[in-house]
Amino acid sequence: MTRQMTGAKMVVQALKDQGVEVVFGYPGGAVLPIYDEVFQQNDIRHILVRHEQGAVHAAEGYARSTGKPGVVLVTSGPGATNAVTGLTDALMDSIPIVVLTGQVPTFMIGNDAFQEADTVGITRPCTKHNWLVSDTSKLSETLHQAFHVATTGRPGPVLVDIPKDVQFASADYTAPTKARTSHYAPQVKGDMEAITELVAALETAKRPVFYTGGGVINSGPAASQLLRELVEATGIPITSTLMGLGAYPANGERWIGMLGMHGLYEANMVMHDCDLMINIGARFDDRITGRVDAFSPNSIKAHIDIDPSSINKVIKTDIPIIGDIAHVLEDILKVWKSRGRKVNREAIAKWWAKIEDWKKVDCLAFKQNGKVIKPQYALSRLEALTKDHDRYICTEVGQHQMWAAQYLGFNDPHRWMTSGGLGTMGYGFPASIGVQMAHPDSLVINVAGEASWLMNMQEMGTAMQYHLPVKQFILNNERLGMVRQWQELLHGERYSSSWSEALPDFVKLAEAFGAKGIICKDPDDLDDAIMEMLNYDGPVIFDCLVEKHENCFPMIPSGEPHNKMLLGEASTKDAIGSKGAVMV
Amino acid sequence: MSALKIKKGSTKHSAYNLRPTFSDVVEAHTLAVVVENEPGVLARVIGLFSGRGYNIDSLTVAEIDHEGHRSRITIVTTGTPQVIEQIKAQLGRIVPVHEVHDLTVEGPSVERELALLKVCGEGDKRVEALRLADIFRANAVDSTLDSFVFELTGAPEKIDAFAELMRPLGLIEIARTGVAALLRGH
Repeated sequence: MTRQMTGAKMVVQALKDQGVEVVFGYPGGAVLPIYDEVFQQNDIRHILVRHEQGAVHAAEGYARSTGKPGVVLVTSGPGATNAVTGLTDALMDSIPIVVLTGQVPTFMIGNDAFQEADTVGITRPCTKHNWLVSDTSKLSETLHQAFHVATTGRPGPVLVDIPKDVQFASADYTAPTKARTSHYAPQVKGDMEAITELVAALETAKRPVFYTGGGVINSGPAASQLLRELVEATGIPITSTLMGLGAYPANGERWIGMLGMHGLYEANMVMHDCDLMINIGARFDDRITGRVDAFSPNSIKAHIDIDPSSINKVIKTDIPIIGDIAHVLEDILKVWKSRGRKVNREAIAKWWAKIEDWKKVDCLAFKQNGKVIKPQYALSRLEALTKDHDRYICTEVGQHQMWAAQYLGFNDPHRWMTSGGLGTMGYGFPASIGVQMAHPDSLVINVAGEASWLMNMQEMGTAMQYHLPVKQFILNNERLGMVRQWQELLHGERYSSSWSEALPDFVKLAEAFGAKGIICKDPDDLDDAIMEMLNYDGPVIFDCLVEKHENCFPMIPSGEPHNKMLLGEASTKDAIGSKGAVMV
Repeated sequence: MSALKIKKGSTKHSAYNLRPTFSDVVEAHTLAVVVENEPGVLARVIGLFSGRGYNIDSLTVAEIDHEGHRSRITIVTTGTPQVIEQIKAQLGRIVPVHEVHDLTVEGPSVERELALLKVCGEGDKRVEALRLADIFRANAVDSTLDSFVFELTGAPEKIDAFAELMRPLGLIEIARTGVAALLRGH
């Protein structure tokens, strides 16, 4: 049985059929027919953001915290161009989102019409795929394909551009089960020969390490479970990228902390000295590898990834396995068990002894003395006071983000929302709104810097309108802290435009929106102030005034390998050579 | 056809069977990319090359199956083995790309290009141009009293050689289609 309906109605029907509950968006001339349909139903909730960039980040937060695709609805022209940063962010971090944009009617396309932009042209390089729908009869099928592409294989953002006349015209609706999802079907099963080779390497390795990434989380809950089983059964140390935190619990026995530019000393030393590196769903990003030609020089490298283009892109891989993490881990466990559950226990015990020595460096140690709050102290207290909550953490981008990754512990996947690949300042606040929408009864905290937070502060309106009790925990150093740190290390302490002048009074700002503002500048008041934030039922802006010149350590200076980490202020002089200075 | 076809699901081979990568030697490869003939698909392929800094030495595209909505894009590109493998993998990620073949690896293949060359001259030069055209099996497809347009089909090197010979004989304009290529045999 086919059903005739308008394109606008089809959009709403397709979203319902795809199980969508929430849409983040902003109306405008070219999407009015769709908004009219949204108005006349109650199954899908529309969240009116205050800027289209916020809509996309909110959808990312929703997607990242649920594993379901996030959905965005915006208008043509500026609505679409404002979504570009979020699309790029989602592409870099492999977040499944579906963005629907209005477009001027088909007969006006190319005429420089009001609010016309070449949306599919502009977003082609920042989406996994995009479509301009020129015929209503193809609309519903295209929408189903969009969900399929966004969520299959390596997830990513997709965009469907819908001209206004296509929204008004009527055609037959195609149900999801009837839609051709084209030929797009990435390989999920890994090559058994390669898996067997990996297991053989694992059985004899003396200094193995699991290096995991966001792919484990994207693969779904089964992947995290299988990873935990594999780690516990083999006793091999595990580190993770920023994007992969929570796949293996931070309180797990084999956890050695995050690796990379601001990763833990022990994790980076393990990466440098290992003899078998098993990369699971990570992509050898430059924040991880440091100097590529000196990266883990003596190890066999295995790489499990669903995206063939990740293999050998940066680091030469000895054992590549293309497939979905959960499928591959299942096969690895199966093969490993059938071969007698062997590992080189003796050598791995020695390996752990060495790791324990590295841990003694205590690279995250800090001294909270005096009357100024250290950012590390603020996050340590936040961790202590919230770790037993049903908690989700978002961040903005910069020093606070790295400190959050270092000092907060994540014991489950989907609990940590951060902009990794693109490094988008302004991501965290709208993301926290998306997370809170998905988890209305959970504690959602956005760890922010004052500069990042101001980039999307207009979303306070959204938080208030929908009663979303997001906690904005701002580490306010009145500086663009990470920029300042690099200027100190690389540019002769000339702090060009890296301080925040004319900052608002955050307490008054909160009050202006009808939210609660809390300011804290004394370490002795911090616990009480955090408790006040947690106990308040509504959005809170927490202005935590912290040490202004604190630098983020450990740090692998650009252009250096893992074992050349800086651990503190004393080691920073001339740490970055001229070759490193050109890198970011 | 044992070489890697990176397009998802189209092969049982993993990147496991790749040639040694990470050599510094720059190689030229001819890639045949079969795509869904839909709007923007060529822009996706070209955008990939420009966005990621890959080279395009030659590119041809035309529909090859009207009913099946298929087009074939033939790209000649240069890069180190690592870059070539990246190009193929990145092409494979594009949703409307159905197949990626590296004819240089899967080969041997036949490569042909068509060129039109306008040569102006009089007297001995004109005679010599016609004589050389005969040797190269180029056809004169247009003629005036002081000009020829030659049509020449062949491997790119043959066209290069012919153009070089025509230059002193009054070559004033050249149009080339770029390479089309197919694997030899069955």
